[in-house]
Amino acid sequence: MALATPSTPRRTELRPGTAGAPALAKGPKTPRFRKLRKLGLPYLFLFPAVVLELLIHLIPMVWGVYMSFLKLTQFYIANWTEAPTAGFANYKVSLDFGGPIGSALLHSLWITVEYTVLSVGLSWFIGTAASILMQRSFWGRNLIRTLFLIPYALPVYAAVIIWSFMLQRDTGLVNHVIVDQLHLTSTRPFWLIGSNSFWSMLIVSVWRNWPFVFLCVTAGLQSISLEMYEAATLDGASIGQQIRKVTMPLLRPVNQVLVLVLTLWTFNDFNTPYVLFGQSPPQQADVIAIHIYQNSFVTWNFGIGSAMSVMLLLFLLVITGVYLLITNRRRQVA
Amino acid sequence: MRLGRFASVVALAALTAASITACGGGSSANNSSPTTLTYWASDQGTSIANDQQVLAPALAAFQKQTGIKVNMEVIPWSDLLNRILAAATSGQGPDVLNIGNTWSASLQATGAFLPFDSATMSQIGDKSQFLSLSATGAAGQDPVGLPIYANAYGLYYNKKMFAAAGIANPPTTWDEMIADGQKLTTGGHYGLSVEGGSDSENAHFAFIFGQQHGASLFSKDGNTPQFDSPQEVAGVEQYINLMAQNKIVNTSDAEYSNGTEALQDFASGKTAMVMWQGADGSLKTDGMSPDDFGIAPIPLPAAGQGNQVNSMVAGINISIFKNTKNKDGAVKFVKFMTSTPIQQQLNAAYGSLPTVKAAYSDPAFQTPTDKVLEQVLGSTSAPLPQVAKESQFETAVGEQMKALFADAASGKAINDATVKAALTTANQQMAAGG
Repeated sequence: MALATPSTPRRTELRPGTAGAPALAKGPKTPRFRKLRKLGLPYLFLFPAVVLELLIHLIPMVWGVYMSFLKLTQFYIANWTEAPTAGFANYKVSLDFGGPIGSALLHSLWITVEYTVLSVGLSWFIGTAASILMQRSFWGRNLIRTLFLIPYALPVYAAVIIWSFMLQRDTGLVNHVIVDQLHLTSTRPFWLIGSNSFWSMLIVSVWRNWPFVFLCVTAGLQSISLEMYEAATLDGASIGQQIRKVTMPLLRPVNQVLVLVLTLWTFNDFNTPYVLFGQSPPQQADVIAIHIYQNSFVTWNFGIGSAMSVMLLLFLLVITGVYLLITNRRRQVA
Repeated sequence: MRLGRFASVVALAALTAASITACGGGSSANNSSPTTLTYWASDQGTSIANDQQVLAPALAAFQKQTGIKVNMEVIPWSDLLNRILAAATSGQGPDVLNIGNTWSASLQATGAFLPFDSATMSQIGDKSQFLSLSATGAAGQDPVGLPIYANAYGLYYNKKMFAAAGIANPPTTWDEMIADGQKLTTGGHYGLSVEGGSDSENAHFAFIFGQQHGASLFSKDGNTPQFDSPQEVAGVEQYINLMAQNKIVNTSDAEYSNGTEALQDFASGKTAMVMWQGADGSLKTDGMSPDDFGIAPIPLPAAGQGNQVNSMVAGINISIFKNTKNKDGAVKFVKFMTSTPIQQQLNAAYGSLPTVKAAYSDPAFQTPTDKVLEQVLGSTSAPLPQVAKESQFETAVGEQMKALFADAASGKAINDATVKAALTTANQQMAAGG
């Protein structure tokens, strides 16, 4: 790009509408200004979003990374600019899988992976199946679609706290149905403590997330022309073949984003376990977001909590990168 | 677009860190906002709404007296410590707040609270007007709060259920307590209810029963946790075994965590005993007639064994946040809340004990419950260690005991080895945290 010469000072170009206007009307400057305005305008529109993004996301993130290198114990939290630096000590403690903090973190990571894979898989399956079933028009379709979206539309806290009431051992609806009405077991199972707590959390999560899949996939299906199915039918394709050969390939771009977004949300899910179990969830449901939070209150060392968060961020970055790489390559091959 | 969405989602991940972070504030107390105060009250009544009812008249009286409007928020026990910690970290907190007195030394160490030095104390009154300042901070430092509600643990028992089971008197030894509990555990009723899922309740009993076996939670200098000493293991095991081995506690209690459920079970006659801090007010609200229950001290160990302790020095302190924008108003409010008439009014409503000596002239504090609790507080209670790491002890050990209760509820073995392993984990977690 050519350097700006003294004869065309940039200041004039950046001052539209005012005194500069007559000058701009003169010959060669006009197209350049227009070009610049064309280039600059989108950035102007983006500006508020960028500022908010910086304030809300990036600055706290940078602070979080900075904190992870501090020995931020209770003696410094009120004035943590004075906290001594810890180097990589916080990372060492978190990654020492033989030690109490590291092994608990590893356990929690494993629980989170199981939780995410199962929750995303089930949500995706149920949501996609429901939207395919709702694809053909029939009487009452809109009503059912609306009903399906209710779990997603409810505020998280209200929805999950209702689940926690239902899952209580003595007074909950779930045990009332299982034990008192259906007589499936004679002893009342626990749902909020012990090993069942993982399944409780999973069910609540799937219940909350599948309508989102339903919504996205329904939108994606709108773009698939009915002629494709007609053609497939003429060729003698069964329903199963139609789904596999027509619907799924055409939904690929939707699914790619959908699965990624759901995975990241579920991996970082704090609300569901927190509202369901309180701040110290049972070991069997100790997912990473709440583990990091609670761990900070066991040690009151927020440097370690930050180090764990930074590692979580890196972990998810890697996962996302690999995912995008694989799915994009496959699409190019396809 | 994909990248933008990706970036924002990943940024969301970092918010876990960020939500704990926010910016630290180092400013100090001033008087830039002299007409309002923000006050975080702890949940002392049967519900948040009940607390609001009890406190509203007092706050109105304070406003009439001083012109200062107090904006109150009542915070449940399960959230209080974390909320305080978040406030200390961010510098964004209330002006005045209630703290559990056991946390005093921990919160003192953060430096986020205004020390009640002699200049501040002179505006409030003489230290000697208070019954005890033993749980207001580390020895040798200015207190970071003044007691407003005093309390102790007692053993509440249901007189009718005891009579029906042919038991004449409340138990005085641990063996009697278990034997009575087993007699009372019949037909869907249980001998005792506990808050098995509550970190802080669990930690209190870990301390009390640890004391009964002669344990001490920290090394002499207060820096090294020693939760897995044989004495402490024995204390915790004694408590968990009420459910696991003695079976006088319903396994459902392992779920109880909000600090009201065990008491409600007692009030409704589902259980015959509960170990609780002064609860006459709550039991009345829950519909239990005062004639139906009695209170006795929690059984002490036999003479010569362990320490003669059956309660901690329980209670609530009122503290001033160092970043207050209305220091003079905050000090006035603390003075008001510790004044004799307000002490009488609030403690009578909550069933706790006044913290200033003058308030005991009121016959409201001569009930049988108050006499038992006063006696416990005066002779057989011990303060939790006033060391910086006390609060972490409550979270770490409370959490492990919650897991032990869950194990007991699902029929897993509770023995020396399992309890010791749990307590060792708590020990190591805290030690590794530095």
